[in-house]
Amino acid sequence: MYKYNENDQRIIEERAAQFRGQVKRRLSGDLKEDEFRILRLQNGLYLQIHAYMLRVAVPYGLMSSEQFRMLAHIANKYDRSYGHMTTRQNMQFNWPKLEDVPNILDDLASVQMHAIQTSGNCIRNISADQFAGVARDEVVDPRPYAEIMRQWSTFHPEFAYLPRKFKFAFTGAKEDRAAIKFHDIGFRAVKNAAGEIGFEIYVGGGMGRTPMIGKLINEFVPEADLLVYTEAIMRVYNQFGRRDNKYKARIKILVHELKVEEFTRRVEEEFKELGREGAVPLDSSEIARVSDHFTDPAYENLPENNVAFEQQLLDNKDFSYWYKQNVLDHKRLGYAIVNLSLKKPGVPPGDITDVQMLMVANLADQYSFGELRSTHEQNLVFADVRKADLFDLWQSLKDLGFAEPNIGTIQDMICCPGLDFCTLANARSIPIADQITNRFDDMDYLYDLGELKLKMSGCINACGHHHVGHIGILGVNKKGVEFYQITLGGDATDDAAIGKILGRGFPEDEIVQALEDILKIYIDIRDQGERFIDTYRRVGAEPFKIIYEEFSLKGAEL
Amino acid sequence: MKIIKDKAIIEDTWVHYSGEGDLPGGKIIVSLEVWQGTDFSGRTVGLQLEPDQHPKDIRNDLDKLELIAINFPTFNDGRGYSYAKILRDRFGYTKEIRAVGDVMRDQIFYMQRCGFNAYEVKVGRDINVALEAFEDFSVKYQVSTDEDLPLYRR
Repeated sequence: MYKYNENDQRIIEERAAQFRGQVKRRLSGDLKEDEFRILRLQNGLYLQIHAYMLRVAVPYGLMSSEQFRMLAHIANKYDRSYGHMTTRQNMQFNWPKLEDVPNILDDLASVQMHAIQTSGNCIRNISADQFAGVARDEVVDPRPYAEIMRQWSTFHPEFAYLPRKFKFAFTGAKEDRAAIKFHDIGFRAVKNAAGEIGFEIYVGGGMGRTPMIGKLINEFVPEADLLVYTEAIMRVYNQFGRRDNKYKARIKILVHELKVEEFTRRVEEEFKELGREGAVPLDSSEIARVSDHFTDPAYENLPENNVAFEQQLLDNKDFSYWYKQNVLDHKRLGYAIVNLSLKKPGVPPGDITDVQMLMVANLADQYSFGELRSTHEQNLVFADVRKADLFDLWQSLKDLGFAEPNIGTIQDMICCPGLDFCTLANARSIPIADQITNRFDDMDYLYDLGELKLKMSGCINACGHHHVGHIGILGVNKKGVEFYQITLGGDATDDAAIGKILGRGFPEDEIVQALEDILKIYIDIRDQGERFIDTYRRVGAEPFKIIYEEFSLKGAEL
Repeated sequence: MKIIKDKAIIEDTWVHYSGEGDLPGGKIIVSLEVWQGTDFSGRTVGLQLEPDQHPKDIRNDLDKLELIAINFPTFNDGRGYSYAKILRDRFGYTKEIRAVGDVMRDQIFYMQRCGFNAYEVKVGRDINVALEAFEDFSVKYQVSTDEDLPLYRR
C-alpha cells in the first residue's frame, strides 16, 4: 500500500497543527460556531445529537494492521471503545470530546492517517473497489490512480468551498463494486485497443433526495489527462453549480438542468482552455512511482487446490457455508479473498470494538500480509489469504463474531446511524436493522433467498443507500411518528437502477412483517435460480402490492 | 483601513465608492453596474465582482482596471477562487486581485494559491492573526497560480 514520503507526512502534520489552532480559537470564543462549523467539517468533525463525531479517512478502503491498531487505540482512549465503519469505507467515532480531537489527529498522523475532507463541501475521501488488486475480473488496478487523486484533491485551493459535497469512486474491474454510477464522478480504469490506460468518466450520479444515475461523459480520458480533465469538471461545477438551494446544489442537478450534452460541452471547452494555459499532464514517471507502492505482496506459488482444505470443506458444514458465502476467488492460485462480516443480531451494522480491532489487526498480520480493507457495505476484507489457512482463520473469526456466513444476504444490510445518532434523521434505523437480523436468522432460508441487497436510510438524505437496495427501506416521520417506506428494484452495479416506492409506509411494528411478506411473494413467483432483483425486473412491482391487501398490514397514509 | 497586500499589512490606498453621493478623490473601487454606467476617464479605478458576475464579462475592460476586487458575501461561496484563477491564468491579469467580504484567516491560504494578492480582512478580526495564514502549509501538492509544477516535479 502507499507509504507516505516526507512531504505527505508534513502535510498531515501541518493540518493537525492548523486544526489545533482552530479548536483553540473556538474554545476561546474567537471563532463562532457558525464559522468553526465549516472548518471542522472539512476535517471530518460533525456535531451530532449527543456529541461530536469524528470521521477518519480510509482512502480507497485500504489499511495496514498498524493503522488499524491505532484506530483501536483511539476508540479505547478517546471514545467508548468502539468505532463504526461507514458506507464510504471510513471509520467514525461517535463520542470524542472537542478538546481531544487535536490529539486524535496527532495520533492518526503518526500512522499516516487523517480526517481531511471526510466531510464538508469539498472533494471527499475517495472510495474504490474493495477487491482492487486481487479481483479476477480486474483490468487495471485503480489504487494508484485513487492515491494520485487523493493527493491532488487534498487541500485543492480552488475546490474547498464547492456548492455541495463531492464524491469520487474508482474501479478498474469489469463488475462495478464501487457504485461508480452513484457518485458525483465515477472513474472506471480501462484499456483501449492499443493497451493504453484511460478512464470512463461518469458524472452526476448520486442518491439523496433526488437519486440519479451518473452519465457517461467521456469513454476514454487518457491517464495523462486524468487530473486536468477532472479539474475541468470541478471548475464547471464550482462556477455554475447551484448555490441558492442546498437540495439542488449537487452536480447531478447541474448536469440535469444543463442537459448532459451542454454540461459535457462546457467541460470539454474548459479542458481545452486549461491545455492552452499549459496545464501539466500527469507524468508517467509519477504514475510509476505511486504504482510501485501497490505491487503484489510476496505470494507463494501454490496449487489451486489444497487437499487438506478440500477435506475440511467436506467435513465441516459450517465451514463450507462460510466459504461459499464469505470467501471469493483470488487472482492468484491457492489464495482467497475473505470477507469479515460486521453484521449480526444485536450489533449495529458496521460497529466494531477496540478489542476486536486489535484481534483483526493480529489476524491480518498472521494471514493477509498485514493489510486489510473496508467496504462500502460496511464489512472488512482480508484480501490475500492462503486457502490452506482458511480453516484456521475461520475459527479465529468465529471467536471474534465476524464469521457470520451472511455476506450478500438480507442480514448483510447497509444501514445509516439514523435517529439514534444523527441530527438529520427522521427515523431510527439501527433498531429496525436489529429486528430484521433477528427475524431472518435461519441461514438455510437466507441462502435460499440468495443475493439480496437490503439497504436502509433513516431519512431522505439516503446515507444508507436505500435507493440502490434491491429492497430499500426509508425512514420517514409523520406527525412525530416514525414510518418506513419500502422501495424495490434498486441496483448499484452496472445495471444501475433507482428503486421505486412500493406504496404506503409501515409503522415500526409492521415493517419487518411487510418485508417478510414481500419475500414470501418472491419465493412463490421466482423462476429457478432467479435473484430477487431479476424477478422484480421480470414482473414489476404489481405482484408485491398485494401485501397491502392480503396480509392485514394497513400501512400509514403517506 | 489596514489591509494585507503581498503578505504584509499596509494602509489601504483605495476607497470603495457605491455610486451614491460625491465621487471621492483618489483611487476608487466600484461595482460592475457603476463601472458600466459611468465615465471614469482620467481616474484610477478598480472593479468589484460579485459571485454571480463572471470575469469573462469584463475581459475587454481589464487593461483599464487597476484592481479587481472579488466579493465573498459568505465565505462558503467559493466561486471567487475560480474567478481569480481565470483572471490570472487565462486572462493574464497581473495587477492587484483583492478578496473582500467574509475574508478570514482560514481562507487566505487557499486564496493566495488561486491568485489573490490582497485581502480586506473581515471587520472585527485581528489582521495580525490573519497574516499567519500564509504559513499554514509549507508543502502543496497541486499546480496552481502560485506553483507551476506539481509537487512530484519540484
